[in-house]
Amino acid sequence: MRTIGRSLALIAFFLLLWEGLVIVAGLPRFILPPPSLVAQTLWFSRSLIAEHALITGAEVLIGLVLGAALGFFFAILLATSRTARAILRPALVFSQTVPVFALAPILTLWLGYGLWSKVAMALLIIFFPVTSAFYDALMRTPEGWIGLARVMGANRGRILWHVRIPAALPGFASGLRLATVYAPIGAIIGEWVGASRGLGYLMLLANGRAKIDLMFAALIVLAILTLLLHAAVDRFGRWLSQGRI
Amino acid sequence: MTPTLSLNGTAHIGATRIFGPLSMMAPAGAWTCLLGPSGVGKSTILRLFAGLDEGITFDGDYGASDGGPLMPRVAMMAQDDLLLPWLDVMGNVTLGARMRGERPDHTRARDILARVGLADHAAKPPSALSGGQRQRAALARTLMEDRPIVLLDEPFSALDAQTRARMQRLAGEVLRERTVLHITHDAAEAARLGDQILLMSRDRIDAIAPPEGTSPRAPDAEETLRFEAQLMRRLMADA
Repeated sequence: MRTIGRSLALIAFFLLLWEGLVIVAGLPRFILPPPSLVAQTLWFSRSLIAEHALITGAEVLIGLVLGAALGFFFAILLATSRTARAILRPALVFSQTVPVFALAPILTLWLGYGLWSKVAMALLIIFFPVTSAFYDALMRTPEGWIGLARVMGANRGRILWHVRIPAALPGFASGLRLATVYAPIGAIIGEWVGASRGLGYLMLLANGRAKIDLMFAALIVLAILTLLLHAAVDRFGRWLSQGRI
Repeated sequence: MTPTLSLNGTAHIGATRIFGPLSMMAPAGAWTCLLGPSGVGKSTILRLFAGLDEGITFDGDYGASDGGPLMPRVAMMAQDDLLLPWLDVMGNVTLGARMRGERPDHTRARDILARVGLADHAAKPPSALSGGQRQRAALARTLMEDRPIVLLDEPFSALDAQTRARMQRLAGEVLRERTVLHITHDAAEAARLGDQILLMSRDRIDAIAPPEGTSPRAPDAEETLRFEAQLMRRLMADA
C-alpha cells in the first residue's frame, strides 16, 4: 500500500510540474499540451482510443502467444539436438543483427496493412529473448538430477519432460517477461510503417494534425496497456516458477 | 539375487590417471564403506557402478559377480538430496516410476514414508522440510526403487551430529541385505555401518577388519569408538 501511495504521489508531483512548466513557459498546446488537456482528450476521445487500443492489444497478445510458443519449441530443439545447435544457433544470432525496424516495410509488403504484419513484427521481437533465456536454462539442468534420472532408468525424452523442462521454466518465464515489454514496440513500428488502425497509427495521425494532446493520450493508453500485460505475464511467470527458485 | 560388486583396473579422465591399477570388491548383501582422501577417485568408482561413466576411460573390468547388467539393479543416494523442488514429497518418492513411464504405487510409497518417519509430510514441498527430513525423503526414494545394489555418496555428511546418527541407524536398518557401497570421509560412520571397510589411495585399496557386532552399531559402544580411533590413526598415517 505504501509503495502505491508513493508512486501516486510521484505521478501527481510530475503532472503538477508538467502543468506548471506549460503555464510558466507559455508553451503552445501543439508543442506540449498540459496534462489537464491530455486528460480531457483522453476522456472525450475514449471510444476512439479504445477502438485503436483494442487492435494494438490484439496484435501484441497474438504476437506474444505465437512468439512464446515458437521460442519454447525452438529452445527445446536447440537443447536436444546437436545438429540443430550447429545449424540454427549462428542463424539465430545473425537474425538479431538485422534490426526489426528495417524489416517492417518488407513485412507490410508481404503480409499487408492488416493485423498480421504487426503480429509478425511483435513475434520477431519476442522470439529471441524467449528462445535464448529458455535455452540457457535448459542447458543448465543440475547434473545430479540428470544422473539420478538416468540411474532410475529414464530415457532422454523422459529426462527432458520430467526434469529439464520443469527445471527450466523459470528461465522461460524471465524471457517472457522481457519479451512482454518489447512486444508493443514491434506492433507500434508496424503500425507506423503502414496501417489504418491501432494506437501507433492513431499517434501518427494525431501528430500529423498537430493534435499533440491526442498523441499523448494514445501514448498513455499504450503505456498502461503494456504495464497491465507485464503484470499479467509476471503473475503467469511466478505461477510457472512456483517452488523452483 | 543380491550380487557382489567388483572392480579391477585403472581409470583415466582425459589424460589424467585417477586411480589404479587396483582392485576392490563389495560382497553381496554387505555394507561396504570406502574411505580415502578427497580426489582419490572414490566417486569415480561409484559413477562407474552407477553407469554414469561419461568421460571416464577404464582399463580393466568391473561389474556384478553374476555377470548381469548393473544399471537396472542400482539405486543411488548422494550428499545432495536431489529432491525436485516442484514435486511434493510423494511425487519425489515415486519419481522412479514416472521416469520409466510406469504407474507409481502410492500405497507402497506411503508405507515407505511411514517407515522413514515422513508419513505426515507426503504432501509437502521439499522446501518445507528440514535437512534431516530431506535426506529421509531421499532415502525413501532410494527404498522405493527397491534395487539390490545401493550406492551412497556421503549421504549424511551435510547433516548435524544428532540427525546424522539417527539417519545412519535408519539407513543401516532399512538397507540391510542389500549390497551397499558407501563412500564416506567419516571414520565414525564407517565404524558404525561397515561390514567391510576399504581404505583407498591412488594405487591400492586395503580392506580393514570391521569392529565386532552387526551394523548399524551403537555410536557410543566402546568397540565402535576404539575402532574409530584406530581407523583415524590409519587415515592420518596415510596422509
